[in-house]
Amino acid sequence: MQASTHAIPHPHVHEEHHEEAGFWSKYVFSTDHKVIGIQYGFTALCFLFFGFCLMLVMRWQIAHPGQPVPLVGPLLETLLGNMAAKGIVSNDLYNSFGAMHGTIMVFLAIVPLAFGAFGNYLVPLQIGAPDMAFPRVNMASYQFYVLGGVIMFFSFFIPGGAAQAGWTSYPPLAVAIPTDGQTFWLAGMVLLITSSLLGAVNFIATVIQLRAPGMTWMRLPFFVWAQFVTGFLLLLAFPPLEAAGVLQLMDKVAHTSFFLPTGLAVGGNLANVSGGGNPLLWQHLFWFLAHPEVYVLILPAMGIVSEIIANNTRKPLWGYKSLVYAVLTLGFLSFIVWAHHMYLTGMGTKIATFFQTTTMIISIPSVIILSCLFISLWGGSIRFNTPMLFVMAFLPMFGIGGLTGLPLGFSYSDIHLHDTYYVIAHFHYIVAPGTIFALFAGIYFWFPKATGRMMSEFWGQVHFWASLIFMNLIFQPMFAQGMAGMLRRMADGGANYSTAKVPDAIGGLSPHMMGLHTYILWAAVGLAFAQIPFIFNFFWSIHHGKPAGSDNPWNSTTLEWQTPTPPPHGNFATVPHVYRGPYEYSVPGHATDFTPQNQPD
Amino acid sequence: MDIPYTVEARPDTGLYNAKVGIWLFLASEVMLFGALFSTYILLRVGAPEGFWPHGWLNIPVGTVNTLVLITSSITTVMAWASLKMNQFGRFKFFHACTLCLALTFVGIKSYEYHDKFMHYEITLKDGRIADGHLVKRTADQVVISGHYVEDRKELFDLRAGGPPHEHTEITIPQAQIKKMENYGPWHTTYLAIYFTLTGLHALHVIGGAIVIGFLWGPGSKLWKTDPDRFTNRIEISGLFWHFVDLVWIFLFPVLYLL
Amino acid sequence: MSDQSADHFSHHIRRYLFVFYALLFGTLITVAASYIPFGNRAMNIAVALVIAICKASLVGCYFMHLISERKMIYFILAFTTFFFAGLMFLTLWSFSDPPWHTVTH
Ligand code: HEM
Ligand SMILES: [Cu+2]
Repeated sequence: MQASTHAIPHPHVHEEHHEEAGFWSKYVFSTDHKVIGIQYGFTALCFLFFGFCLMLVMRWQIAHPGQPVPLVGPLLETLLGNMAAKGIVSNDLYNSFGAMHGTIMVFLAIVPLAFGAFGNYLVPLQIGAPDMAFPRVNMASYQFYVLGGVIMFFSFFIPGGAAQAGWTSYPPLAVAIPTDGQTFWLAGMVLLITSSLLGAVNFIATVIQLRAPGMTWMRLPFFVWAQFVTGFLLLLAFPPLEAAGVLQLMDKVAHTSFFLPTGLAVGGNLANVSGGGNPLLWQHLFWFLAHPEVYVLILPAMGIVSEIIANNTRKPLWGYKSLVYAVLTLGFLSFIVWAHHMYLTGMGTKIATFFQTTTMIISIPSVIILSCLFISLWGGSIRFNTPMLFVMAFLPMFGIGGLTGLPLGFSYSDIHLHDTYYVIAHFHYIVAPGTIFALFAGIYFWFPKATGRMMSEFWGQVHFWASLIFMNLIFQPMFAQGMAGMLRRMADGGANYSTAKVPDAIGGLSPHMMGLHTYILWAAVGLAFAQIPFIFNFFWSIHHGKPAGSDNPWNSTTLEWQTPTPPPHGNFATVPHVYRGPYEYSVPGHATDFTPQNQPD
Repeated sequence: MDIPYTVEARPDTGLYNAKVGIWLFLASEVMLFGALFSTYILLRVGAPEGFWPHGWLNIPVGTVNTLVLITSSITTVMAWASLKMNQFGRFKFFHACTLCLALTFVGIKSYEYHDKFMHYEITLKDGRIADGHLVKRTADQVVISGHYVEDRKELFDLRAGGPPHEHTEITIPQAQIKKMENYGPWHTTYLAIYFTLTGLHALHVIGGAIVIGFLWGPGSKLWKTDPDRFTNRIEISGLFWHFVDLVWIFLFPVLYLL
Repeated sequence: MSDQSADHFSHHIRRYLFVFYALLFGTLITVAASYIPFGNRAMNIAVALVIAICKASLVGCYFMHLISERKMIYFILAFTTFFFAGLMFLTLWSFSDPPWHTVTH
């Protein structure tokens, strides 16, 4: 990449009213959106790694039930005691790891990375604002997140271990399990929700109030639109889960019966509760959040993907307006599809029809977005750098994930597929080779803005190809397993239902299906190795990477590239004026093949 | 570059930042209480015939507390209006009233909670149920001021018009007691939702009072240096306060009267 | 300092006081109405909720100035109302439409 020579000179930024701050106020208690973004990013990457490790242990247990975990077995026993006696993952421990893997990945890794890190770092820059609207609220949001994370993490080490009832925490099971893990989970969730709410208020207010002069709504980069809608999803969908969390906490701590029905029996005995509660109510409140939450997982990724596509095809996004309207529709509809996760809870046909219909309707805007992004590639002279490779893989991977969602959206096919590995494969295709790839792309793409250096292209490509292959090896077999009837969340991976155990059982799992577990295990190990180049590349490049050579190494049009590198406190030396839309690439007759948004005509 | 529109309104939206922020926050609060009200409805609709309590709460006390909260809302508006009219002394007076009223509200609420925690339902081994307020409890007996019922159902509808019952001191030997439980949140789903809704509401009252207390005390120094900004802060905290009042306007009939 | 003069504001204040009296009155009516049997339970609930909604609207419109707020705030609140309604009605609906009603042998 050649250093750009665009027309806008950077005035040197004077640090007049921002005198040098000490270490603590500069890196730990900072109110600067960029520092907070990086804090979010770093913490979230740690949790991503941790969640991944939990999954590796679980995959071992599924593939080789009852055998000690190699290498880390003794460590598990030292840390967790009886739960991992002799280095063997007990059923309780498996349940804990499963529940915490889901929770950590969704609430502590992906959302903080996609929304907290990328959103924080980029949204104010892209709209030409000096910071978030409420910098101190922003800092509080990060602190609540850390606090929630710490509580979740420490719950592994309390007697009885962490929560065991799945990331969905369905009662009565979640309440009936006698250990305190669930209490910690609920307390952690209330903090994480508070963090997200503060973040959401801040993002929305920032986009509404702090757009630079000339930055009209239809000149916002698509990334900002995606984050804006994400903010609304978090703002309005999370409170019902917060309410539900408080109610379940009451059930757990004050022995109320919000979710405990009359006549509840635990371990064969009538539970000593007042009863009269409604277990399904939890599911409604949970999914009222958790369906919008899946869009929280995907929308920021779509935003990142659009930015990188426009930049590397060197042409405007195809159908910017359709993208914007599609993402708004998507956000709106995502609030009224939630009960498609509950078809098997005995819901009537009328209400099921309603939710099937809305589920099918919501796939239309998803398809519009994906189509626009695909068409954007058409006729471009594409630069295949690492970010672009990840983005190019995102498109079909998200496609697979989305299309496999359709059979889940109809109750008659979902009755067969619900709670099987098919569902696991469906959403992992969207989140893992989908969202996580987009996040990797974003890291490679914006790294030079934050550090002034490029990440290694060679190791980036190694990372990409290895990840792509192993991701597919992991998740592709799960579709087959699920369709064969293998249920999720079984500590023995379904061995009890295999034809090896019960030879003539109808619908028993064949040795072939069971054997896939072993392939998946080694693919997961492979995926772990595939991340090594990334981790080294990342840390090495911070100080030793190739200098970016300019503030705008990718020759991009959006405002974040029109600042000094890294952007100083306050971002812009003078208020930027915006004269054009976000994707003016290859404008005929223009001297360069990109025209920054703040370049006057 | 400094953050714009912290005091003056942005021309195209006509709003300053904190105004947008507080309304977004209140929107999320609407969803929070919305979920809790849905819970209330579902629990109530799902209760077996005759087992949803009526008349368990003291209506005069609840009415007084409603009036207290409404009054605190008008003093909040007046405090803000005083600043708009440049009368700092009146502002101080009105918000002092707001704070006193907030304390009164919380005080009355804790009295009501205390009353519930002292109220016991005691199932005897012979199947009778004694119900009343605890007077004394020793190692071998329990004294309550209340009455006996044969059928638990009689305890549920206590609205005026029902058969009046005498309250007398009842002494029950510990040996006869099968189960003794006070009217805490664990007692019935009605009390569960009552404690949760009012508890969460009370936390909002306390939170709001802390903010208003800060702005009334140390925070009011800002009036001298940046009066417009200070007035905005009072407006924002007031919006929150009115919302808390608004929630109570629904809680009161739903929990006390219906 | 804000340039609104005291007499410009006094008519606002009269309005606030009026709302205040209305709220006090509304509270008393709610309590009174709860003692009057309106035929059936649902009727009593409806009456109490209608009064509560009126009181809430007074607080919202006048104390919270919603009567003369900016478009952006209305947008935000309109969405919120919609999702609030969705949460409540769809959840309740799903409980009033159980499949077992239709199972007959
Ligand atoms: C575009 C069309 C989509 C459709 C029609 C769809 C449909 C569904 C349905 C019906 C289920 C419930 C399956 C069951 O439990 O039986 C489901 C599960 C799930 N979907 Fe999707 N989905 C779509 C997109 C997405 C997206 C974009 C994400 C984002 C990450 C996502 C994430 C999930 C997750 C996490 C679950 C599993 C939740 C759990 O039970 O643990 N889906 N999907
Ligand atoms: Cu869903």
